[in-house]
Formats: sequence, structure tokens, C-alpha cells
Amino acid sequence: MSADRGATPAIDVRDLTKHFGGRKVVDKVSLRVERGEIHGFLGPNGSGKTTSIRLMCGLLTPDSGSGTCLGFDILKESAAIKRRVGYMTQKFSFWEDLSIRENLAFTARLYGMKNRNQAVEAAIENLGLAGRADQLAGSLSGGWKQRLALAACMLHEPELLLLDEPTAGVDPTARRDFWDELHKLAARGISVLVSTHYMDEAERCHKLAYIAYGRLMATGTAREIAAAQGLHTLAVHGTGLSALAEALQNAPGVSQTVMFGAELHVSGQDRDALLSAVRKVADAHEIVETETGLEDAFIHLMNQAQDNFKAPS
Amino acid sequence: MTPATPRSSTFTALSRWKVLTPHFSFSRWWGMVIKELLQLKRDRLTFAMIVGIPIMQLVLFGYAINSDPKRLPTALVLGESTFLTRSLEAALRHSDYFRVFAVTDEAGARQALALGEAQFVVSIPADFTRRALRGERPALLVEADATDPTATAGALAALSGVVASTAEREFTGPLARLRGVPEPFAVITHRLYNPEGLTHYNIVPGLLGVILTLTTVMMTGLAITRERERGTMENLLASPVSPLEIMCGKIVPYVLIAHIQVGIILLFARLLFRVPFAGDAVAFYAGALLFITANLGVGVTLSSLAKNQLQALQLTVFYFMPNILLSGFMFPFAGMPAWARAIGEVLPLTHFNRVVRGVLLKGNGWPEVWPHLWPMGLFFLIVLTLAVRFFKRTLD
Ligand SMILES: Nc1ncnc2c1ncn2[C@@H]1O[C@H](COP(=O)(O)OP(=O)(O)OP(=O)(O)O)[C@@H](O)[C@H]1O
Ligand SMILES: [Mg+2]
Repeated sequence: MSADRGATPAIDVRDLTKHFGGRKVVDKVSLRVERGEIHGFLGPNGSGKTTSIRLMCGLLTPDSGSGTCLGFDILKESAAIKRRVGYMTQKFSFWEDLSIRENLAFTARLYGMKNRNQAVEAAIENLGLAGRADQLAGSLSGGWKQRLALAACMLHEPELLLLDEPTAGVDPTARRDFWDELHKLAARGISVLVSTHYMDEAERCHKLAYIAYGRLMATGTAREIAAAQGLHTLAVHGTGLSALAEALQNAPGVSQTVMFGAELHVSGQDRDALLSAVRKVADAHEIVETETGLEDAFIHLMNQAQDNFKAPS
Repeated sequence: MTPATPRSSTFTALSRWKVLTPHFSFSRWWGMVIKELLQLKRDRLTFAMIVGIPIMQLVLFGYAINSDPKRLPTALVLGESTFLTRSLEAALRHSDYFRVFAVTDEAGARQALALGEAQFVVSIPADFTRRALRGERPALLVEADATDPTATAGALAALSGVVASTAEREFTGPLARLRGVPEPFAVITHRLYNPEGLTHYNIVPGLLGVILTLTTVMMTGLAITRERERGTMENLLASPVSPLEIMCGKIVPYVLIAHIQVGIILLFARLLFRVPFAGDAVAFYAGALLFITANLGVGVTLSSLAKNQLQALQLTVFYFMPNILLSGFMFPFAGMPAWARAIGEVLPLTHFNRVVRGVLLKGNGWPEVWPHLWPMGLFFLIVLTLAVRFFKRTLD
């Protein structure tokens, strides 16, 4: 335990590897999250996000690799880490046969909080559940369960939040409030690692990490990751876009096509080849060169990962 | 490097222990207790089980169980030593029903009965041989611990056979006139503690421990696997709560529940079977507390070994069988082979059965109960250590 723990990164892990039944689920993942940083964690289903987060908070033991959380060794000092980390599980893991208030009060006791009642009542107030605090957690709707879990894991004022898809199933207003709250916390120096499948949430993170097949494919700001793919993207407007996408799928110079509502994004690494390929089929359409977006970049990363590992999940 | 090794290994052993029990927090433990009580309050089925199972089993087995034992421990009190007493002793020793383990005096024999070491005391009075030879039909006195009446009944019948065959062997030649009907000596029996020889007096107090074993082990047996199956274990493991706090927190509420069960069973035993409560209630409840805690500890241990609730139930049954068969509930303890008794001595139910029979029927108090308390306490400590040791602190 170093004296200047405050100066260490919130998360600093190297080469974390984890197998399940002979299958490599997390493969040499190294990640660094600075204090006060909101770090997004993205990747397709089954790519190892949940497993990586569990490795970091001591819920799983890595097969190899090492690192620190809040300056504490993840292998030897998990007790100290647990006291200071708020971990929100992907699957609702509070007690469905306890009421909202009882769940919060129990959590407060587990963390040995002194101003327990005050903190619990404040959390209920913040949630906007003052009238329903005695309702059993099991009878809440999915979104409300999610919000209860979030409130509970922040109850003990952790220094680091590990949030596993905290806003899955939460309505847009509540989602926006939640992200505003996260940024306020970050401004106070609290660090966050948050996994998500939402692009708008990814855009709101200070930094991102993208994982596929257990391997970290990219890290950096949204802009950096998008730029690093070396992609040129054309936005095509007009009618019959799905047919167009089909036609362009395997065209030379085109690496991917992505539909965005009334707009088709066509990306490729060679700009001239891309332009001529698109022009050939999309003669009656409006074509604008646009910045490669985060979603384009992630789809590119996923295709790349598929080509590289071809491991069926 | 080499000189540092022993020290560093002690250090790792110590720090490992610290990891196992990072200073017990009463706040966290109390949180667990409250949580368990709240959950229990809302779990109707468990509640029904807690009240229903004891009554059902008590009625069912209280009326149904019977047994026929052999080789029961017998103390012999000899008032004289003649060819006749030696012959009787030999015949006793050869019979299937008795196992003469001590030849002692009056006081020693009484003590052995009270402690449950002896099932029978056979006394041959002084002057026995002379009076027999005169044809006065002197009496053999048999005192039986009749708290287990089936054992007593069979043995008393066997004793008549022993007496008859001894007479036939010894009274030959000129003494042959003493043989025949009526026999040359009488047998007087005293049934102690249970003068009417009621089977219920044995079965019903025995059932108390059996029912408690079943329900307590099952209650906590499911407690930890349930957390695991519902996914709430992930939440517990991610918090600072330690295995010891989780386990003790899960045990305490059920200690209360089990004492309610004890009350119910004692009440029904009294109402339905008229089982008395002759001894020291405080000593009895001390025994019950240790017994219940030990079994709850077993449940928690099985629970942390099992992967799911089904496995936990299977392990519970696995633990339950030796308890039924080897604790002296089904067969008189003294009549079992040595290896079975060795296993039986370890089981809390064996000791609790002795406490229950002793206090309820024999009117025992602290001095007789104490020797059965520490084995249960020791059992609990060992089991809890194992439980903490095998508790999975991660989701691996
Ligand atoms: N306890 C376990 N035992 C065996 N396999 C597991 C276990 N936990 C996870 N896996 C496997 O590890 C892989 C990664 O799972 P993980 O839950 O980390 O993915 P994820 O990125 O969180 O996915 P999602 O976006 O769907 O939540 C999956 O293929 C999963 O089947
Ligand atoms: Mg996941």
C-alpha cells in the first residue's frame, strides 16, 4: 500500500487473461483509467467485458496478468478494493424479496456506513421513489430495477465505479440524467469504467476501450479511435438504400456499409477506389464525404476481429 | 533465502488467515442477520415447513417406529462368588443380548445407569447360592434403563433363558431335584425411568433431535446456494462482507427458528405422548443451542460445497442418513459395532439424544449433560472452519 495512492491511476491492469473451460475469454487485456475519467467499455456480446470487469474488482481470479485498482493490487488486496469500489452487475443482483429501502439499508450496513439512514433516505429521494420505498424490489419494472441498482452501488460514495451496462433498458430521460450525474461525479475526481452498447453514451465518455473476442482492439478518445481506422466514409442519401447497400457489400474498395435511418454510410480505406465503386451503383443519389463516425469505426473493428480470429462464439 | 523461508511461510499462513477473516465486523454481520430475517418473514413455504415438518414427523414416527436390539451394556453386582454366580456370569457373558462390561458395586452400577453407560444392572445378592441350594428360590435383581423399552423387553426375556440354562447345567446329580418348575431362582426386574415401558418415551425424545437435524441442515443448506442461483451472491462478493460474516449471519436467524421448533415438538410430545420433562431445563436448552448451531453449521458448509440447490439437498440427505442410523435413534447405541459407534460419537445428534433422554426422562442436570456439550461445540467449530475454508470467494 503506497502512501500516495491518490496519484495512482484508478485502474491500471496489464495482460489480464482468463480461460473458461479451456476457452480464452479475456486475452491479455491491458487498461489504464485515470482518476476522474469516464472510460467507456465497448464490444459485441460475449466479447469479455463483464469478465474483464469482474477480474478488476476481484470477483474472478485472472489466469495471468496483474495490476492495480485505486493503487491496490487486484490479486492480493481485493478486500481494500471492494470497500472503495462501486460495482453494478449487468444482471440485477439485489434481493427481490426485500423492499427498495431494505436493499439500500442492507447495502449501507455491508459497507459500514455511519450516516446510514440519512444516506438511504437521500438515495430514495434522488431516485424519486419516496412514495414507493417499501415496494419489493422484485416487483419493480426492469428500468427501475436498473436505477435502484445504480443508486445502491453509489451509496457508499466509492472512488471508482465499475458499471456493467448500467443503462440497459432505462428510458432516455433517465439515461440523460444518469450521464449528467456521472459527469458531476467525474468532476469531483471519481473514476468510472462503464460498459455500454449505446453509441451516444460512448460519445459522452472521456475515453473508450473496444474489446472483441477477449482482445482489446482499440483504446483512446472517440475521435482517436475513429481516426485510427484509416477509413474514408461516404454518406449516401436517396431511395432504395438497402438494395444499394446489398450491391456495395462486396464491391472493390468498400469495406463496410452501415444504415443510419435515411442515410447509408459506405466506408473503405482507399478513398479513390471507394468513390468510384459508390459512383458506379449510386448514380441517382446524393453522395457527401463525411467524417468516419464511432459506429463506423466499431463495425470496422468487429469485422476485423472476425477476420482475425474467426472463433465462433 | 533459506533462513527467511520459515518466517515467510508463517507470514503467508497468517496473512491467508487474515484474508479469510478480515476483522469480523458486527455491523456487517448484523446487516446479514436482518436481511435473512426479512427474507424469512416473506418466505411462506419455509415458514410452513418449519412448523409443519416437526408436527407431521412427530405424529408419523412417534406411532410407527420399533426395534429389536442386541448386546446391551450390562453392569454386574456380585454379592458373593461361588460356582453358581460364576456360572451365571458366564452365561450372561455368552448371551447375545448382554454385554457385561463391568463387575462393580451398588453405587457404581447406579451411576452407570444414570450416565447411560449401562442399560442393565444385574445384582446377585449375598447368600444367593446357599439359599438356592436349600431350595428357597432366591431372587436375582435386574434393573433396566427402560427409557428404551424395546431394548429392555427383549433382554428381560433373554434373561429368563440364561437363568434356566444355568440351572440345567449346574444342578446335576444330587442337585437335580432343584431343577424344574418353578425354577430354582426368581428374577425380579425394576424398570427405571419408564416404568410402564412405553415405546413413545424412547421414540419421541429421539425424534426431537432427528427432526431438528433434518430441518436445520436443510434450512441453511439452501441458504448460500440460493444466493448463488439468484445471482445475488455476486453482489455480496463484491462488497466487503467476509465469508465468516455471511455464514454467521445466515446461522443466527435459524437458531431462533429452531428453538421455536423445539418448543413445538416438546409441546406436542407432552400433549400426544405424555412425555415428561423431568430434568434441568437450562441444561437442556444449552444442549439444544449447541446442537442446533452445530447442525446449522453443517448446512452452511454443505451449501458452500454445493454448486446448486439440488446438490445441496443431495448432500443434506447424505449427512442425514448416518445421523438416523448411527446416533442411537434407530438402534441402541451400545449395541452397534465399534466402528459405527466411533462415527456416532462424532455426530451431534448422538450427544443430543443422550441429553434429551437424560433430561426429559431421567431428570438429569448439568453434571450429566456437560460431557455431551463440548463434543457438539467442538464439532461446530471444526465445521465452521471447514465452511469458511471452502467458501468460494470468487465466481470462478
Ligand atoms: N462463469 C462462466 N463460465 C463459463 N463461461 C463464461 C462464464 N462467464 C462468461 N463466460 C463466457 O465468456 C465469454 C465472455 O462473456 P462476458 O459476459 O464477459 O461477455 P460480455 O462482453 O459482457 O457480453 P455482453 O455484452 O453480452 O454482456 C462468453 O462467451 C461467455 O459465454
Ligand atoms: Mg456483459
